[in-house]
Amino acid sequence: MTVTQVVFYVLAAFTVGAAFIVVLATNIVHSAIALVFTFFGVAALYILLDAEFLAAVQVLLYVGGITILLLFAIMLTSRISARGVRILNEQAGISALVVFAIFALMAYANLRVVVPAGPPPPASYATASLGRLLLTTYVLPFEAVSILLLAAMVGAIILARREREKD
Amino acid sequence: MENALQRFYHAFALWGVPAVVPQLIVMLLVATVVILFIAVSVMFMIWWERKISAHIQVRYGPMRVGGWHGWAQSIADGIKLLLKEDIIPTGADKLVFALAPMVVFAAAFAAYVIIPFGPNLIVRDLNIGVLFYISISSLTVVGIIMAGWSSNNKYSVLGALRSAAQAVSYEVPLVVSVLGVIMTVGSLSMIQIVEAQQRIWFVIPQFFGFLVYLTAAIAECNRLPFDIPEAESELVAGFHVEYSGMRFAIFFLAEYANMFTVSAIATTLFLGGWHGPLLPPWLWFLIKTYFLIFVMMWLRWTLARLRVDQLMYLGWKVLLPLAFLNMGVTGLVLVLRG
Repeated sequence: MTVTQVVFYVLAAFTVGAAFIVVLATNIVHSAIALVFTFFGVAALYILLDAEFLAAVQVLLYVGGITILLLFAIMLTSRISARGVRILNEQAGISALVVFAIFALMAYANLRVVVPAGPPPPASYATASLGRLLLTTYVLPFEAVSILLLAAMVGAIILARREREKD
Repeated sequence: MENALQRFYHAFALWGVPAVVPQLIVMLLVATVVILFIAVSVMFMIWWERKISAHIQVRYGPMRVGGWHGWAQSIADGIKLLLKEDIIPTGADKLVFALAPMVVFAAAFAAYVIIPFGPNLIVRDLNIGVLFYISISSLTVVGIIMAGWSSNNKYSVLGALRSAAQAVSYEVPLVVSVLGVIMTVGSLSMIQIVEAQQRIWFVIPQFFGFLVYLTAAIAECNRLPFDIPEAESELVAGFHVEYSGMRFAIFFLAEYANMFTVSAIATTLFLGGWHGPLLPPWLWFLIKTYFLIFVMMWLRWTLARLRVDQLMYLGWKVLLPLAFLNMGVTGLVLVLRG
């Protein structure tokens, strides 16, 4: 095994382990904290693939933004952080079945893929070219996504406002 | 420096040792040097801050330990904190409580990877440079929330929540204020940003960017006038109320290490990094960085604390539009120049 492979397996085990804690922790704050480590593991895997920009953005948005907002929401919600919440309901068996089916499908697809021989194509991974593409070739999808996000934000604010008037 | 490194790797290759071994040795050495630098620099900064605060308040500050102006006071305090009993409150979530200081310190420590002390004195010139700092520093808030929540104390939870709100609001102007410099240079690499400032420091064309960055950076460090996460008159000490001894010392260390990082990044982006006449580059870099740290300490002991609503007003309605204006004007000038 090469060093890269060893590092990959260590990182993968770390990421999957943290993901298991996210799902299985009985305390929702523990889940959220484990989620931080999962995101970090994924960012490390990106770095292993030479996708540094993606890794930095992953940490910035998921760790610095989303998880913090998540923790914020958990702490502002009374009693949600109480210990000993039931994490499984009566549908555990069926969901396990579905999960294993998806896992088997993905494993099968991954094993069937033929990796082309020869060295992989050189990663043209310049942040500048990424930005240029985003503002030339892909400018329309980029703007469409921004409008979608803006609409979602306005919607969330309107919903929150209505809630307050009712109280 | 590069040559010595090559020779070191080569020597191991001759003996048939896989390349990982010397690489790990170099990594450990560099990490040790950085930790030593952080420790010494933080001890100096704490003594310096006590002296500055004292002189601003017309008193002397520490005068006895070590002889000359109490220079050894921080060392004595550090040893005292190391020897204190390690207390974990009964109601605390023990694992998260123990993990929180480590997360905060790891974030502060990792940021030193991209600080360019001199033309060759950088741990790693990442091509995502500035972005690496911005993303890794967001981990600090996670650590603070972990500390506040796991302490099982009203004051620490309130402090942690305030800190989260503050960090999320001030991260946006911070990132946008840096964009002006990045657009001018066309690169995120710290070395290239410094080299682009040979003729003119970016503080002149990017003056508003510099102001917004400095203000947002002070807020990110939770220092006065933005220290509402640990406002002692309302929250005792904020997120670290329950921490004592060594664990408290680690939070303190991380806070001052962050102050240094923030000032070093400002020096790199706006004050020309290591450029300067006569003196060696690393000395210029340290002089500029410690000057900015002095400015931060000066502001802390001069201004009063903001209220929560004033803090939010300043962040969203003053700094953010100013940062966007700066970015827009920079873009316009760059396009007109071609």
